[in-house]
Amino acid sequence: MKYRNMKYLKNVTTLKYNSEKCIGCGMCADVCPHSVFIMQGRKSALIDKDACMECGACKKNCPTGAIEVTEGVGCAYAIVMGKLRGTEPSCDCSNDTGCC
Amino acid sequence: MINEKKTNEFVVSKIIFPDKTKIISPIKKERWMLGDILTDAGKIPLIKTVLDKKDNIEHRQIRWNNKKRMNYSVSPGLYGVGNPVKDSPVFVSANYKLSFDILRESLKNFNAWVLVLETKGINVWCAAGKGSFGTKELNYRIKSVALEKIVSHKKIIVPQLGAPGIAAHLVKKETGFKVIYGPVRAADIPKYVENNFIKTEEMKKVTFPVNERMKLVPMELVPALKYVPHIAFVLLILNVFGSAPMLTETLLEIGLLLISIIIGTALTPMLLPYIPFRSFAAKGWILGIVSILPLIYIFEKGFTLVIIYLLLFPPLSSYLALNFTGSSTYTNLSGVVKEMKYSLPLMIVSIVLGIVLKIYILF
Ligand code: SF4
Ligand code: SF4
Repeated sequence: MKYRNMKYLKNVTTLKYNSEKCIGCGMCADVCPHSVFIMQGRKSALIDKDACMECGACKKNCPTGAIEVTEGVGCAYAIVMGKLRGTEPSCDCSNDTGCC
Repeated sequence: MINEKKTNEFVVSKIIFPDKTKIISPIKKERWMLGDILTDAGKIPLIKTVLDKKDNIEHRQIRWNNKKRMNYSVSPGLYGVGNPVKDSPVFVSANYKLSFDILRESLKNFNAWVLVLETKGINVWCAAGKGSFGTKELNYRIKSVALEKIVSHKKIIVPQLGAPGIAAHLVKKETGFKVIYGPVRAADIPKYVENNFIKTEEMKKVTFPVNERMKLVPMELVPALKYVPHIAFVLLILNVFGSAPMLTETLLEIGLLLISIIIGTALTPMLLPYIPFRSFAAKGWILGIVSILPLIYIFEKGFTLVIIYLLLFPPLSSYLALNFTGSSTYTNLSGVVKEMKYSLPLMIVSIVLGIVLKIYILF
């Protein structure tokens, strides 16, 4: 499907994965909505780094801290508001598919 | 028997006491409730799985009305669907009524429990990002409804998009319940249950098909239209009080303004995968130029005006397209920051140049 053409900017994500710490629980591959990780044998493998949207789900659910990512919402409005208020980028909107 | 009753009382008093303001189990009667079911932890309201006319009207309204959308919520707590028993599955939801409605609708023909978290009326994904759909709230809700007395198993199904807020291993540690991440879309739940609670690759992926993109258009378009009268007024003043009044130009400019807004908020989202460039700002800019060129050509307003319009309007489309990153499901923060760093200065320069030129030819 055309969805494959939907790729965002290359080499921008803050995602970092340390395979040494991985115990192969499979959570990262289970929670990632963009299939950035897959399980290969008893370890997770980072296969599509540029697809990462920095949602932080993998990091949050990794029991061993093998994944690092600065999570945030990829929203221009949120960043502008964050800058204006001097806070972290955060949005006040709530929409029905993406966030935010 | 006596023993159990005792523990019951104990749990009830223990929970209600520390925080009286929070609703433990939904008590208010709602249109979409069916009655109660008696469990070992007290009465739990049953909910309908068929949406009525009012629900559907509300869903249409919130799409256009930001204020209404912000206050569209249900009480957190535990609800029952069908004829739930001790080994029925537990589905977790946010208390945004639209999420809740979609969930109950997709639980048609099932016996299940629905545990609604307090997310202040915000959908699962957004709330997970903000942390209100989070480990702490989930743990609190599990304990406050005494879930361990209501179900005999130790599993809860959390929407996968809630994962950014929830650390499954910490929920397990604190409550004993194992978090299982269910499908991204509630509509996939019947298939998921049929598939023995195993997600297929499809169910795991977030997509952004054209119908979903179009649903978001009103949310982008309506706020942007608010500024039209102001800008139109400025354009009118400029054109009327210039040395050579230009009324047709005013109309053309207001038209271009409206078109640029529609390009940024509707056309760019619609054609998103087909427009070249990955950057949203670039997509909007390009589409802005391409779409207003024929119009300027039709109205033949001379070379300088064409340049002015090309400087003034495409940046607007670009900015609005950039805003759409917030609604999209695949952009990331680092990328948006990068895009903004490059595109915002360009937009400002372009618009300022356009205004300067316009004033120059007017006076
Ligand atoms: S969540 Fe962590 S430990 Fe589990 S598979 Fe992924 S990287 Fe490995
Ligand atoms: S941050 Fe989100 S999108 Fe990125 S790899 Fe982790 S789960 Fe996937």
